[in-house]
Amino acid sequence: MRYTPHTAADKERMLRTIGASAFEDLIRHIPAALRQNAQIALPQGLTEVAVKRRMAALAGKNASAQDWSLFLGGGIYHHAIPSAVDAIISRAEFATSYTPYQPEVSQGTLQAMYEFQTLVCQLTGMEVANAGVYDGASAAAEAVLMARRIQDGRHRVLVSRALHPQYRQVIATFLRNLIDVELVEIPFSANGATDADALARALDDRAMCVVVGYPNFFGVVEELAPLRAACDRHGALLATVTTEPLSLALLKPPGAWGADIAVGEGQSLGVPMSLGGPGYGFFASQKKFVRSLPGRLVGETVDGEGRRGFVLTLSTREQHIRREKATSNICTSQSLCALASTVFMSLLGKSGMRRLAEVNARRAHRVRDRLVEEAGLAPAFSGPFFNEFVVNVDRLSERRSRFFAKRIVPGVELEKWYPEMRDALLVCVTEMNEEQEIEELVGTFAAR
Amino acid sequence: MSEPSQRGSRGPQALIFESGSPGRSAFFWPEETGASGIPDALSREEIAGFPEMGELEVLRHFTRLSHLNFSIESQFYPLGSCTMKYNPKVNEVAARMPGFALLHPLIPPELIPGAFELLTELETMLAEIAGMDAVTLQPAAGAQGELTGLMLIRAFLAERGNPRKKILVPDTAHGTNPASSTLCGYDVVQIPSNKQGIIEPEAVERAMSEDVAALMITNPNTLGVFERHIQAIADAVHRRGGLVYLDGANLNALMGIAKPGHMGVDVLHINLHKTFSTPHGGGGPGAGPVGVKAHLKDYLPVPRIVKSGDRCELRDDFPKSVGRVRSFFGNFGILVRAYTYMISLGSDGLEDASRMAVLNANYVRKRLENTYFLPSPEPSMHECVFTDRNQQKDGVTTLDIAKRLLDYGFHPPTIYFPLVVSGALMIEPTETETRETLDAFADAMTAIAREAKEEPAVVKSAPHTTPVGRLDEARAARRPVLRWEPGGGD
Repeated sequence: MRYTPHTAADKERMLRTIGASAFEDLIRHIPAALRQNAQIALPQGLTEVAVKRRMAALAGKNASAQDWSLFLGGGIYHHAIPSAVDAIISRAEFATSYTPYQPEVSQGTLQAMYEFQTLVCQLTGMEVANAGVYDGASAAAEAVLMARRIQDGRHRVLVSRALHPQYRQVIATFLRNLIDVELVEIPFSANGATDADALARALDDRAMCVVVGYPNFFGVVEELAPLRAACDRHGALLATVTTEPLSLALLKPPGAWGADIAVGEGQSLGVPMSLGGPGYGFFASQKKFVRSLPGRLVGETVDGEGRRGFVLTLSTREQHIRREKATSNICTSQSLCALASTVFMSLLGKSGMRRLAEVNARRAHRVRDRLVEEAGLAPAFSGPFFNEFVVNVDRLSERRSRFFAKRIVPGVELEKWYPEMRDALLVCVTEMNEEQEIEELVGTFAAR
Repeated sequence: MSEPSQRGSRGPQALIFESGSPGRSAFFWPEETGASGIPDALSREEIAGFPEMGELEVLRHFTRLSHLNFSIESQFYPLGSCTMKYNPKVNEVAARMPGFALLHPLIPPELIPGAFELLTELETMLAEIAGMDAVTLQPAAGAQGELTGLMLIRAFLAERGNPRKKILVPDTAHGTNPASSTLCGYDVVQIPSNKQGIIEPEAVERAMSEDVAALMITNPNTLGVFERHIQAIADAVHRRGGLVYLDGANLNALMGIAKPGHMGVDVLHINLHKTFSTPHGGGGPGAGPVGVKAHLKDYLPVPRIVKSGDRCELRDDFPKSVGRVRSFFGNFGILVRAYTYMISLGSDGLEDASRMAVLNANYVRKRLENTYFLPSPEPSMHECVFTDRNQQKDGVTTLDIAKRLLDYGFHPPTIYFPLVVSGALMIEPTETETRETLDAFADAMTAIAREAKEEPAVVKSAPHTTPVGRLDEARAARRPVLRWEPGGGD
């Protein structure tokens, strides 16, 4: 049988050693009423060749970025991934090991996680970072839960309406069962950024934290200074959520604006889109909050001979030690994706990250300007942006099929989450969108 | 980098930040002209401290790091409750097909029918194996599945007037069970297992009240023992209006043998990175789909994939839903791998996997039961638990035995878990190991037991052959150094 290596002779010999005459003896203790009396109702197994054909057939039905021109962002981004990234994460030593509970034989994973934590700190400008959580949305929810632990006695969470709508949904799901927490949404203003005046009005001494996107769901780079000042007046924590961390190679990072917690989705840095998962959530904070962090942390130490080594540390925060008193229930996380980002950031390095971020920002601005000037589209917002922006498109839904016929998806339609923005399209441009695609995009919008 | 030990590829390695040269990069992309549009006030300089290396340098760094790891493909890895089975290569080939790997989640659903076909088929296959009526694939891992399952229970009970206050959790449970309960707003009541390590219906009955929302139970439990009273236990919970949650971490023991859905279970999660062969990745990504009986279906997370005719739709209009638990569609790449595994093995292959997992665990148990202390006389399913009781009289503990196993080239079992057993060594061989490997492991365990008697110092100071020796964990926790900084310090 596939993947189970025993021969008939092996099985017989093993059963004899055990003292059983047949396999059935080993499961006879399961009450008969609970035993399955029919085979699993699934087809029989397939050869590897047939499996690959079946998978290729399913894959072939999908519009992938290989064959289509996608101008899609909104939390997941199509970027160039050096072949070296997949080569490293495909190594069995990384891919087929588990959570490094035995540090003496897991230094590869542990050191890479330590390097990852450092890279996240440098990128976000924060003091400490954990080894990652599930995704950007659960990172945002965990940030709120962390603020609740720090801000004992406060019970209001203020979330910008310009934060990714799915992230807001996940935060709401997490908070729904904690009866002492109230979720308040802060509107955005005409520039597409969180309305600082509305925030100031909503803030009071009951607020545990304020959560904003940086850049936000509309691609707009929030001005964090006034938000930080407003939080300070009432002792609220400021948590930023970044879905496109490549932007932080160009933008002043959350730490420089005084964010208390900086989280986000790491997919954009070396992980394929894969229909939105697996990626990973990155999670950083100021050092004074380190014991309130969720998830795994790797720390440096020494062995008996004084050699440097790395271990999982501060585990007394975690579920396998603290059980119902843990800071989070997370166990298996997204390590291999965090490793992919570690390799990606190492390959690009200081200058490459900067270059790639510049290419994105410049190309996106060029496309936005052409859509406005040549195709007559109206920008929805005036705020600064990185590689995605919102435009208003007349008769958006009618024009959709024209794009699909040319194998173009021009952006993410926003009405679903913002009913008042009926013609709004979130357009993302990365280094993967080539000149010819851009011509087609502009041309198709220009043809009325 | 001048010490001999650091030049070898199997000793401690320099950090990526400690090598390289200013201005070096492995990245080539022509400069783009035009303005970036980012105002100066919002701009930063190049990121201080970031690596500056060439491509080969980076590859060599991570390849050398990889040499410091044990893994399934290089060592036997009998980590109990983690199901470290072989991770088939064809799964990786499938997940990397551009028609899966290069899909954007916000594309209109009608443009990716193949993805939805895969997802709905996977839901159906998992429901069939577990004996449940509906499945959500959204949760990213087992613990997120637990939280999702508990939310379903809470929503179900709340609609009937009272979400209740407590969750019953056996003392043998994984730590995630109580942690998830707290996160869902419940208090945890621990249920003691009996001397044989299983839960008796009377213990549950005594703890049951109108305040109890649910019982979380693992079957087979973390001692590898089938909870044979599970039906009576479920009845006791149901009689008082509670629900039964099954932690499906150990489903690898049950495929084709018994269905949780036939044991009175209302909701369960399944770890695809355990039973369904997706790689553990040094700590994820995994996936934790949740299966439910019909009465909990309306509460499943949104969006749901609904099949109408031969088309699949993505629908949000389920007013009773607990909401969204993860962005997009969960860990899709992991779902593709699990699907590949399931169609590869098929009905007969999956059943064979569980049977051989049970055979292997019983074989290891038999080979070690005269050497190590077996805390429960109950029959084993897919894993067995020993303790260090016989070795302790020579001053050798479970930790020492685990570390000594490293010298023999084996990853240790899960240690000191379950908590109810003092000095536990929890061994889960899985079905993909040969008899010869199991024999070699049993021989090593036996040799270590002999060493414990004859030369305990060798065991107590192990490991002797690993890249680093035992690490000072107390120091790491007392003064945490969690990142590299230029010029050292913390």
